[in-house]
Amino acid sequence: MNDLLFQYLLRLGDDSLILGQRLCEWCGHAPTIEVDLSLSNLALDLIGQATLFLGYAGEVESGGRDADALAFHRDAEDFRNCLLVEQPNGDFARTMARQFLFSSYQLALLDRLCSSADGRIAEIAAKAVKEVRYHADLAADWVVRLGDGTAESRGRMIEGLDDCWRFLDDLFAMDDGERALAAAGIAADKAALRPLVQGRVEQVLRQATLSMPGLPWQVTGGRTGRHSEHLSRLLAEMQVLPRAHPGARW
Amino acid sequence: MYTTELDKTAGSAAAPAAVEDPALLAAFEARVANDEFIEPKDWMPEAYRRTLTRQISQHAHSEIVGMLPEGNWLTRAPSLKRKAILLAKIQDEGGHGLYLYCAAETLGTSREQMIEALHAGKAKYSTIFNYPTLNWADIGAIGWLVDGAAIMNQVPLQRTSYGPYARAMVRVCKEESFHQRQGYDLLLEMMKGTPEQRAMVQDAMNRWWWPSLMMFGPPDDNSPNSAQSIRWRIKRETNDELRQKFVDATVPQAELLGITVPDPDLQWNEERGHYDFGAIDWNEFYAVVRGEGPVARERMKARRAAWDEGAWVREAAAAWEARQAARRAAAA
Amino acid sequence: MSKDWPLWEVFVRARGGLEHRHAGSVHAPDAELALRHARDTYTRRMEGVSLWVVRSADIVASDPDQAGELFEPAASKVYRHPTFYDLPDAVKHM
Ligand SMILES: [Fe+2]
Ligand SMILES: [Fe+2]
Repeated sequence: MNDLLFQYLLRLGDDSLILGQRLCEWCGHAPTIEVDLSLSNLALDLIGQATLFLGYAGEVESGGRDADALAFHRDAEDFRNCLLVEQPNGDFARTMARQFLFSSYQLALLDRLCSSADGRIAEIAAKAVKEVRYHADLAADWVVRLGDGTAESRGRMIEGLDDCWRFLDDLFAMDDGERALAAAGIAADKAALRPLVQGRVEQVLRQATLSMPGLPWQVTGGRTGRHSEHLSRLLAEMQVLPRAHPGARW
Repeated sequence: MYTTELDKTAGSAAAPAAVEDPALLAAFEARVANDEFIEPKDWMPEAYRRTLTRQISQHAHSEIVGMLPEGNWLTRAPSLKRKAILLAKIQDEGGHGLYLYCAAETLGTSREQMIEALHAGKAKYSTIFNYPTLNWADIGAIGWLVDGAAIMNQVPLQRTSYGPYARAMVRVCKEESFHQRQGYDLLLEMMKGTPEQRAMVQDAMNRWWWPSLMMFGPPDDNSPNSAQSIRWRIKRETNDELRQKFVDATVPQAELLGITVPDPDLQWNEERGHYDFGAIDWNEFYAVVRGEGPVARERMKARRAAWDEGAWVREAAAAWEARQAARRAAAA
Repeated sequence: MSKDWPLWEVFVRARGGLEHRHAGSVHAPDAELALRHARDTYTRRMEGVSLWVVRSADIVASDPDQAGELFEPAASKVYRHPTFYDLPDAVKHM
């Protein structure tokens, strides 16, 4: 059970870490200063969540690895984040499309994890769920404004969303281990969350005068370490210092 | 970050002095001399408005451009804690830019005009941000030296004569208080690490020391606007006074870190009660002011790209709201 | 004509029981995003528990040139202040 829990915590922590890292790329480059501050706030929340989930993962593993060791000294195939969060930022519409889908998912997930049978998970979720409710609302606001803004922004939002639809199954993917944790009341049953998330997504898309297309062929594998080409590049950048300087102190 | 008197031509010497009503002018000077605050709708001489707009907008530009050199290492921060600290720190600088643009706007220039002036190369920003960040210790050096110098400049401005500027500076100074500490803390930690890390810290010091001293602006004898700015309380201490204060405060901190200040002429002067220090390369300073700093082009390119690529976002949100407003009006 | 998003004034209530106080301004395209920008700018250090935003253009301000007629007449009404009244020491707490 400990290894299952460890794997599950990696999934939770890696999602937040990788998306936080992506959002860091926006810092100093957003459409306005106000939007820059908003994106930084999202990233700070996500990095905080990653620190908590990965810290707990290290404790559960009890092999002497802390959150930093897990974040900076694993290779791409050992990461358990979903494919969606590792996708490049693209333009602001694509970033907001990705944020909207991920935060809507994460909100439903954390909401459920607030009553996890694992006290530590419940505690982290209770803190994070408030952050993520804001992320989901903020991203929804932008989906609506860009989707129903100008012809250009609408085109970009449609394209941004189109980039994401192929990763939905991956987002909700569960293996037997996670199902066992869900049966024990520790993890959330993602299959049960999916209609909820879908309903919310459709509601916001309607407000944005957009519609949800039929899903294309689904790409999966993030939860088992089979990632897109983007992750190892992201990690090469993120991990360069600790990897290049063993024994250093930061 | 603060910037001081970079753009001489726009100052009092070149621009023709507007003919101001002597009675109003005298009343204004008396209020300022009396340490009263001037507020946006109060009468003020054109030269005051112009000088302040230039100074506050330069200050705002510096905050925003200053996000770039540190942002360069954000995605490579070596621990989760350092990543969060650095992001929060850079975010603060963005906030400072925002407060300052808002303060400058109360003088009648829009944010867009100010940003366009920056992008057209007509407005200046602090020379320090035209230097590259080459290793992780640069992030510590920026916090310690650059923010340290900025704080020294900014603290007196909390009592500057223009109300919105003073209030923005109060907020800025409150937020700045962790910036210098996190930088010094970062360097302390690296000095406890490997020999390579200690070499990185020294290397960062070697590259950032002189540009930091230049941040206080040209020497007083070559700073023609100083007297008027000090009379108007737009500036409260001279460039050289602040620079000396900075050197005096920083040298012992360098010793505590265990690194060398890259100045063979640096020496404690018992008689003056201050450190004497070597000559600053003012040719380099003026070259960087002219926009010839090592990465000036990259900085401006990045700012222009962010602004230009954000245009469709700003337009889309405005268009959406215009439609909502029309709908609300029709329903009313 | 500026293409900037309009300017909004931000008021923050620091704690329950206190009034909203002016904190600064933000640019935002609409009221909803103005609140979000205000939150992301002015409450990052637990500065507030409630926010107001109002379009800067909607604020009606008094004219500084009329400050004399508006505010100086109050200066002579010293009898509005409790310290104006000299009571015998025997009268405590009034
Ligand atoms: Fe700053
Ligand atoms: Fe700072």
